Amino acid sequence: MKISITKIIIFSSVIFVLIIFWQGLKKDKNYDTKSLIGSKISNFNLMEINNVDQYISEEDLKKNRYTLINFFASWCAPCRVEHEYLLNLSNKYQQIKIIGINFKDKKNNANSFLKELGNPYDFIGKDADGKISILFGIYGIPESILINDELTVIKKIVGPINQIQFEDILKIIK
Amino acid sequence: MKVKIFFFIISFSFSGHLFSDDSQTKLLEIYKNLRCLVCQGQSIADSNSDFAATIKLVVQDQVQEGKTKDEIYSFLISKYGEWIVYQPTLSKNNFLLWILPYVVFFLGGLLIFFISRKNKQNKTN
Repeated sequence: MKISITKIIIFSSVIFVLIIFWQGLKKDKNYDTKSLIGSKISNFNLMEINNVDQYISEEDLKKNRYTLINFFASWCAPCRVEHEYLLNLSNKYQQIKIIGINFKDKKNNANSFLKELGNPYDFIGKDADGKISILFGIYGIPESILINDELTVIKKIVGPINQIQFEDILKIIK
Repeated sequence: MKVKIFFFIISFSFSGHLFSDDSQTKLLEIYKNLRCLVCQGQSIADSNSDFAATIKLVVQDQVQEGKTKDEIYSFLISKYGEWIVYQPTLSKNNFLLWILPYVVFFLGGLLIFFISRKNKQNKTN
């Protein structure tokens, strides 16, 4: 039986396209930040929200065994949900320091928010225009980044911290 | 208060002239190649989201600092991964995406060649 080259090319092309589509369907197209785990944070200078003369940089974070960098705002409802976990971490676990970065918020509103719910932060930085958030690969708040003393990102939490993520953090820092 | 409003109007009216035409074109090209991560199928250029607005500010800063397009893309890829750019850089994960058009072009050419040869043979027979 003679099979023409034309038919082979058409058949191969169809199979090839189907394989590509099949591979494409299997792939998860939701954006996530898993690729950032293991990367290092660098080059930032963060001003304290209530004291324009006080700054923190990556060099200061090297002194902490673990640092949780948490982006929050008074206008962010899910930030209220995760706040109890932050307070729990701050009150019970000395090996972790928590840096809060107040995102596109008013100073007075942020202070009222912390007065009402409690302050879990060892340092509160100001990110009035959101530019600092880009340095940390943030695309919505709340988001939290757990780093070690080598400034390596160990865990990134998109959305509010829940019980499962809280326990994951404890497993890492214990 | 009046003084504040006056300065706001003045700064607002000059804000459009902060970048030259070349810089504006460069900014627009960069925005168009950046994906808005919180939007449905929109580029940073198309989106008015909070995220897009912040990315625009950062890109404007970097253009003013004299950084090239590739440097800006590299910076954003280091923060958000390859997904942030519409036109990814060639790597082992996406080489198929780059060579596929050439493969299809080559196969199409072969197909046309064989079909025309077959038609010629049929005519001569």
